[in-house]
Amino acid sequence: MSISAELAHESPPLSAERYAALIEGLRAIVSTAALLTTAEAMKPFECDGLSAIKRMPAVVVLPETIEQVQAVLKLCHRLAIPVVARGAGTGLSGGALPSIDGVLLSLAKFKSILHIDATNRTARVQPGVRNLAISEAAAPYGLYYAPDPSSQIACTIGGNVAENSGGVHCLKYGLTVHNVLEVTFITIEGEIITIGGAALDSAGFDLLAVMSGSEGMLGIMVEILVRLLPVPETAKVVMAAFDSLENAGQAVANIIAAGIIPAGLEMMDNNAIRAAEAFVHAGYPVDATAILLCELDGTAEEVTELLGEVEAVLQRSGATGLWIAKNDEERIRFWAGRKAAFPAVGRLSPDYYCMDGTIPRRQLASVLQQIDAMSKKYQLEVANVFHAGDGNLHPLILFDANKPGELDRAEEFGMSILTLCVAVGGSVTGEHGIGVEKLKPMCAQFAADELEHFFALKAAFDPAGLLNPGKAVPTLQRCAEFGAMHVHHNHLPHPDLPRF
Amino acid sequence: MTSLEQDLTPALTATVVEAFANATPLMIQGSGSKAFYGRATHGQPLDLAGHSGILEYEPAELVLTARAGTPLKHIEHILAQAGQMLPFEPPHFGDPQSTGGTLGGAVAAGLSGPARPWQGAVRDAVLGVTVLSGEGKVLHFGGKVMKNVAGYDVSRLMVGALGTLGVLLEVSIRVLPIARVQQTQIIPMSASQALAHLAEWNRSPLPINGASFHDDALHIRLAGAHSAVHKAALRIGGDTQEPTAATHYWQALRDHHLPFFQAKTGNLWRVALPLTAPIAALPLARQLIDWGGQQRWLWLDNLSDAAKIRPQAQAAGGHATLFCAATGNSMAPFSPLPAPLLALQQRVKASLDPKGLFNRGRLYPEL
Repeated sequence: MSISAELAHESPPLSAERYAALIEGLRAIVSTAALLTTAEAMKPFECDGLSAIKRMPAVVVLPETIEQVQAVLKLCHRLAIPVVARGAGTGLSGGALPSIDGVLLSLAKFKSILHIDATNRTARVQPGVRNLAISEAAAPYGLYYAPDPSSQIACTIGGNVAENSGGVHCLKYGLTVHNVLEVTFITIEGEIITIGGAALDSAGFDLLAVMSGSEGMLGIMVEILVRLLPVPETAKVVMAAFDSLENAGQAVANIIAAGIIPAGLEMMDNNAIRAAEAFVHAGYPVDATAILLCELDGTAEEVTELLGEVEAVLQRSGATGLWIAKNDEERIRFWAGRKAAFPAVGRLSPDYYCMDGTIPRRQLASVLQQIDAMSKKYQLEVANVFHAGDGNLHPLILFDANKPGELDRAEEFGMSILTLCVAVGGSVTGEHGIGVEKLKPMCAQFAADELEHFFALKAAFDPAGLLNPGKAVPTLQRCAEFGAMHVHHNHLPHPDLPRF
Repeated sequence: MTSLEQDLTPALTATVVEAFANATPLMIQGSGSKAFYGRATHGQPLDLAGHSGILEYEPAELVLTARAGTPLKHIEHILAQAGQMLPFEPPHFGDPQSTGGTLGGAVAAGLSGPARPWQGAVRDAVLGVTVLSGEGKVLHFGGKVMKNVAGYDVSRLMVGALGTLGVLLEVSIRVLPIARVQQTQIIPMSASQALAHLAEWNRSPLPINGASFHDDALHIRLAGAHSAVHKAALRIGGDTQEPTAATHYWQALRDHHLPFFQAKTGNLWRVALPLTAPIAALPLARQLIDWGGQQRWLWLDNLSDAAKIRPQAQAAGGHATLFCAATGNSMAPFSPLPAPLLALQQRVKASLDPKGLFNRGRLYPEL
């Protein structure tokens, strides 16, 4: 059963009586302009980046003060009405999909950067601040915010914390959870709670870690303190071609074993190389079985020193070609191919599924070979792009939804890949989150006892289960659906955003 | 080395299952090297020290998985052979000749050494755990890969919980290469000058991974590529410490073997602060500054000073821990939590340990 079909069986809309009570309550809290009730006005909120799945909320509310958020949550708690929080709606797993019988709570108006503390290297921001806007505000101080999801131009920090977003540079600089110091959130009861702090390692349980990646199911974040880093003096990138996946995989291991942690370490297979080259002419070797892009950053002397070592390691690992970007322009061109890989693959096929799993790096060649075998079995092409440094694989499965049976085969293929990721010791999601998309593969990763403990933890924050119900953790009865990021005719939601 | 390879999971599980049935409180013990830390707890001892052994370690993966009772010394030795280290430099308290702390103890206590502000805390390195729940179920959370956003992050929740949320059986940890060059500069100056320098350097991309001040001298540890360390040393100045002496110095700082920590006059406080925070109640002359200004250690022998320290630390955006109390001092070791946060933490505790069996009251009386 597809996700849409499965979700159609969820809660019915609110009764006229409950709806009237909700609207009356909300009108007493926010202005008319901050309350969207017509189908036309609510249309932009019916889905997030997982656009294949759409659902209208009962109402959309756009509060602008913490007091308003508290009041909305208290009201919903009293009326037992679900609440789904939303930032920019760029998430890829349906985490911000509305509840039919619930409030969609947009944090879009919380977009102030409250304070940049250059000495302590922190930024205090509201949840609706865009990821890139933090780095832009910190730039005059020579600082930046490190996690850089591909949607960073549009996605918000609140969404980043909710999804524990990654990016190309997390091998060296960590995920969102490593870069957030403090979060203030509102409980479903309307209580305001601050966890973490400007000083390191607060006493008590590390609820900050639990809040990171909790997909809006534990509380509504209203203020976030992030750590900033000094902007590295320089960055250089080297590209290496390989004639076998084993050698490319071994080269990644050899770089790490040499004691080098690159700022970014990315791999593409031949299908992805050819697609990207045809699309953006990055200068990729189209006959290579795989290429590696390795970026080093730091002081000029340090980067030069390490670059020499990386070159030697790559050569020793059997690279058939090596190119060092001569200048920033060429560096950006090398990256352009990698960053355009999704739309480039999208040109080859009417539809594609983007999967997101992680594996131990040593399994890379074996996993890619098994994906190749699955490709033959399911008779569907696949292109692989890979955050090789941290084992995060994005296979893009090509199919045509208009051909009978292909959609089902693509879904099965994707599920097989994620099951394989778990089987080799990895995870069903590296950075896109579970949302509604990956509820079924979660069952492959966690046993019933573990899922029950997730529910118990959720209940500690939200006993009535009103915050983002039905997301992230599958009920034991409902490990029964499957889906993935479904892209039709290369039309991504937010088509302006890069995806990599 | 056979004693280092032992799986006690079945016996530990049986004990917890029985304790759950009889509502018997349990006191989880590793090596006992941090027994002084936190509140006193009582219960039937549950000994984890024998549950040891490295289960998985491939240097190129930057991940190590070991049983909770594995001695830190053993893990650090194995890592060093591959040129790697635990990024958070966990302290080894007690007699340097003893086997010392365990991995499980380091994770449960959540204490990090001198590199913490630059290389991350214990929680930043924890990728996955296997735990015994309060009902005696063996549960796996997180994983052995760096990027993993499936399910709530229960692994990191275990860090610093002092065993109150579950019995750690196995832990997967992210490790790091040891920097190819490390160099320590000693620069004589006053405490206020030191804080000013630290504030300035904190904004620059310098390869610092240790910064402490005491006895009128700032110690800066530089770590990274040869060229980067060399250039940074020229910029910050001072005298280069002899390498073996430098290694011993940072270990002694980490393990509280410096003369400052051996003074044992009264109560040892750990105050975490934003780098630049001024603290009137903390006489600079009696402080040891670590973490580039973000962690201050001080001895206070009278209770009236102690009464001031928490409110002042809090007003400055920080918190104060009574790290090691003198005999007879009954002050709470950890900063009190606001009521709604404490209530939430009680519910979190109950979700994993419904009968409150594990290390009852070790962190807070209510947990």
